[in-house]
This record gives sequence, C-alpha cells and structure tokens, in this order.
Amino acid sequence: MESFQTHRGLMAALDRANVDTDQIIPKQFLKSIARTGFGEQLFYDWRYLPDGKPNPEFVLNLPQFQRATILVTRNNFGCGSSREHAVWAVQQYGFRAVIAPRQKRGEMRVPAFADIFKNNCAKNALLTVELAEEEVENIFQMIQRFPALEATINLDQQRVSLHLPEEVSFHFEIDAAVKGRLIHGLDDISLTLKEETRISAFEKKHNFQLPDPQK
Amino acid sequence: MSKTLFEKIWNQHLVTTLADGTAIVYIDRHLVHEVTSPQAFEGLRLGGRKVRRPELTFATMDHNVPTDERFNIRDPISKAQIEALTRNCKDFGIRLYDLKSSEQGIVHIIGPELGITLPGCTMVCGDSHTSTHGAFGTLAIGIGTSEVEHVLATQCLPQQKPKTFKVEFTGRLKYPVTAKDLILKLIGRIGAAGGTGYVLEYCGEAIRALSMEARMTVCNMSIEAGARAGMIAPDDTTFQYIASGKRPFAPQGKEFERAAAYWRTLPGDSGAKYDREITIDASSIAPQVTWGTSPGMVVDVTGRIPEADQVAGYSRKDVEHALEYMGLAAGTKITDIPIDTVFIGSCTNARIEDLRAAAKYFKGRKAASKVRVLVVPGSQQVKKQAEAEGLDKIFKSAGCEWRESGCSMCLGMNPDQLKPGERAASTSNRNFEGRQGKGGRTHLVSPEMAAAAAIAGHFVDIRTWH
Repeated sequence: MESFQTHRGLMAALDRANVDTDQIIPKQFLKSIARTGFGEQLFYDWRYLPDGKPNPEFVLNLPQFQRATILVTRNNFGCGSSREHAVWAVQQYGFRAVIAPRQKRGEMRVPAFADIFKNNCAKNALLTVELAEEEVENIFQMIQRFPALEATINLDQQRVSLHLPEEVSFHFEIDAAVKGRLIHGLDDISLTLKEETRISAFEKKHNFQLPDPQK
Repeated sequence: MSKTLFEKIWNQHLVTTLADGTAIVYIDRHLVHEVTSPQAFEGLRLGGRKVRRPELTFATMDHNVPTDERFNIRDPISKAQIEALTRNCKDFGIRLYDLKSSEQGIVHIIGPELGITLPGCTMVCGDSHTSTHGAFGTLAIGIGTSEVEHVLATQCLPQQKPKTFKVEFTGRLKYPVTAKDLILKLIGRIGAAGGTGYVLEYCGEAIRALSMEARMTVCNMSIEAGARAGMIAPDDTTFQYIASGKRPFAPQGKEFERAAAYWRTLPGDSGAKYDREITIDASSIAPQVTWGTSPGMVVDVTGRIPEADQVAGYSRKDVEHALEYMGLAAGTKITDIPIDTVFIGSCTNARIEDLRAAAKYFKGRKAASKVRVLVVPGSQQVKKQAEAEGLDKIFKSAGCEWRESGCSMCLGMNPDQLKPGERAASTSNRNFEGRQGKGGRTHLVSPEMAAAAAIAGHFVDIRTWH
C-alpha cells in the first residue's frame, strides 16, 4: 500500500451531509472489473448535466477548486453501500484526504464518516480526518474567505494546518493501528499472513460447530 | 464475567491481537457476488495467492442479473462482470450458484435458505446488507473489496473491536405493523449514523415474537443506522427455521443436536454490559413511510412532511435538499402522496412471507391503472414456492409484473430502474438520491404498505383501510 505522511494541497468544500456512496459513484459504474478509471465518474449525477457536459454549478467544477486534493465536507460522509469503488473514485479524482465533522445533536451522535467507507479508505491510503463540528465550520468559512486556500496535513503529528497569514491548525484523533499502517504503507494481507502459525493453530482447535461443507 | 452475544462470538473467533491493537478475527463463512469481487480476485492473482478455504466461500450472481429474460444479459459490461465471477470461481475452486442454478438468488436470501448462515458463526460479504445474517445470532459484517481479498487470502478479517448497543423493543407489534416499520422507527429515532461503530443487539418481547424472516428484515437494515452489524440471540424460532426445509449446509441429525446445544449457550448473560442502550415500545409503532433521501427521514403514515427545521438529526439544509429532490412540500399529508411505481423485492423484503403478505392485499384486487408494480422474488427457491402457492397468479391478475430473482430495482444495476421524476413505494432499504434510477424518488415501506399503495395509487394507513 502507498504510505501517507504529510500532504499539502488545495481544499475544496462540498457542503452536504450524509453524502452516500450512491452519490459518490453511481451504480452503473460498478460493473467494471478494473480497479482504475473511477475518477471521471466521481459524484457523476451532481457533476455532469444530462447531456454529459460538466454542471457549472457543482462545487468541484468551480474554477477555484480545480486540482483540489483535500475534500472538506459534512458529517456521515460515505454512508450506504460497501462499494470500495467510492474510495477509488475519490482518490483517482485526485483527493488524498477527506475532512468531515463529528456532530452531537441531543440524543443523536453523528460521526464524520460511515464505518465501512472509513475502513475502505484506510486500505487505500486515503486519509479520513475527523474534526469537531465548529472546526470544520471554521474551515468552510476560511475556504470562502480565502480562495485557493491550502492546508497541510501531518499524520504523524495528527494536525491539519491552514495556510493563512496567521497560524490556524487543528489536532485530530486517529486509531493508532490505522495511523501506523498508513505512515509505513503496510499491506494488511502481508501483516496477517505473518501470523500464519497462529491462524493454522486456530483452525486446528476451532470448533466450527458446523458440518464440514467439503463432505 | 457476564458477556453479550457479540462478545461470546468475538472471543470464540479471535485468532490473535497484533502489537498495534488490530484484532485478527477468523471468518467461518464468506459470501461472494459479482460486483465487489473481481478486483479482489485480480489482487490474489497479482500477489500469487490462493483462496485459503474455498470450501467456506460461496458465490452467487444477483446485482446485475436481468429479472425478465435472465439469460439474455443485454448490457455487455454487466455480462463481462458475470462472466468474470464464473471464471474466478472456477479458477479458485469456489462453489457458485449461477443463473442456471435452482438455488440462485440475492446473496443474503440464499445464505439462510441453504443453511450457510448459522448461529455463532462469523460471516462476511462484500456487501453492506450482510447484517441480514445477524438474525441467526451470527456476527455478519459487510466489507469492501480490499477486505474481500484479505478474507479470501487469509480467512481472517482485521478489525478494531466495535462497541455494543442494546436495542430493546418492549410490547408487541400491532397487526398489520411489521418488522420493516420497527426498524424504520429505530432509524428515525437514532438517525442514519446512530449505530456507527456499534454492533446492535435487538431484543425484547417484540423481537422474540418475530419469525426468522421478519428478524432478517430487522437485521438487514442495521447498516441503514450505520451499524457494523445487527444481531438477535438464537432461540427455538431460529432452531426450527434451520431444521425445516432442505438446508444442505446446516447440521443434520445428531450433528444438529450437538450444534443446537452449543447455540443455546450464545444468548447474552444476564447482567452483561452494553456501551449504549435504548428501549422502544413496539406496541405504539405505526406503519412507517420515508419521505426524504436518507433512511432516517421517516414518519408515521398518519403524519405529514415535516418543516425543514423540525427533523431530528438533519440540518435545515439537508431537509431542504431532500424535499427539493423528492418534489415534496412541508405540511403535505403522507396519505396524499401519489405514487406511480411499486417495487416489492430486495434482500430486505423478498422472502416468501413478504410475498404472501403482499399477495393478501392484491387478492381479488387490481393495482391502480397508472401504477407499475414489479414483484421480484429474492431467490429461485422463493419464486418456486410462491408459484406453488399460486401467489404469482394473484400478482399477475392484479396487474403486477412477476419476475425472476435478483437485486433488481433496489439499486437498479440491471435494467429495472425508475425514470427521472418517477415516485416509488419500495420495500427495499435505501431512499438515496438516484438509488433506484437517476432522478427517481423512493419511499421505503413494508410489503403490506407497498401493496396497498399500489392498489390505492397513494399511501394509505393499512390499519384502517379495506
């Protein structure tokens, strides 16, 4: 897997909550058996008009967000289907990281990212950065005030810094295991296969309580 | 120490915990379908790896398949994906229920039918609705393609241990309120991300009273609350289901008795602690109808479209976007919303009990003249059973289209799609923008509510409707 240490890039603001994976990459593009070619199809129904031309009103088509590499959005990004094509599309479009807020509204707690999506991101070195609601709100406002605003994300320090005249930066939490694997670009399958002895031993003693499907 | 159902299964399957804290969990059953697997098999080839336990891996084709002429796949890209699955299963020695099989169907419907899904097992599939299998007291987790490859190669899944969330439904559902209404009510209460990071455990009198098929409907939509899995402790209802019918992969005879004795030890111990708990009175639940583009945007059938700032868990902007897309105005009564399409199908509601429930409404009646009704059985076995009971004739004489098994209009990867602006009452699981077809508008309901809406041409409160 590719590694992620630090990244500096242009931010783009997508002001929508609960962006589901059907929006990120619509179904008709899931028929591909390849792992590439999904960048053009990212946010397809929002990004293109019925005649196939770019929708000039969609944020990623605005001139100031061209070549953005950090996507800033709202809570519960990536909800819905487990399709990893969604992560491939975000990444192949050119994004290296997605920033979203966790929220608390009375009884409801809304995380920044959906569970399977976040997991899929980690397997592809697409960094998910979860910040507090007011911090993301702050970033949205800064992007509006300062066109072409860039940020640097330092994974080791767990910090997002906005490139403004005065220092504005935010600390973020991340699972230690995910962080370690991203920084070193470690491949999950190789790591698990190092435990071959343990897996084989487990299989010998594991009582499946099941008939052997081989029979 | 007292343990929950989840903790017992987790502990039983924990191979090791790595130095960085990652748990390596052994997987007993791996289900595979054509959409999320081709890149995983390609990864195995590139890495020179084999499938570790092909005999624990089961494949079918469901997402892409046409439901009219099933052998005539007109879309060449769909066809290529289906052919890729056939080739991959052959190359890697995996059992495949293809279109020619009398046991083909939606992956989450055939797992339980064939006895692949069993209590106390761990199970994965590259599909978010894998949570369905939790109805058996199975730890069933939806995964992405990288993880599919990982499980194929190692039969293990790296996990961060999820938290536990006890969801208790007291009292009983009042007929004709269904399991679908129960789960939609929960999602409305905790929100479309309320279960994120948790494994939900459903319990209480209302859950105990549900059939296995109804329990599958509940667990199926756990992911619509964002949960990693949903589970129900196995009981006699579970064991009877497994022992009934022809389930070639379920234990038989003495083996069954031995397994059942173990399964009886699985329910959570009294005093087991959960990270979060909620209690809902099932007897007060009304039929539910979603009105927006997120499953948490749901209201009683007697309700109205809410004002933009009156929806728990969603901002004014979220609601305004949703209503604009849905072509609905705040204050509109749910029963005043006309529909032009009805979809009865999907891994949520396409089992035999769902079809029987819908057929009860259609018997001796006709669908409204402008309403197109698609009835798509969840599997070939469901189809055969429905036809043996004459349900297909009831549907057809009511003006419904009776189709072959597959995922169909739940996600419209095959030609079964809504056209822009069309409005559907759907028994499926997601009301996302464009989910059932670009520009299509989806209202999620139970099979009973969908059938009644088909006949009336708009939503009706089936508790008072004749």
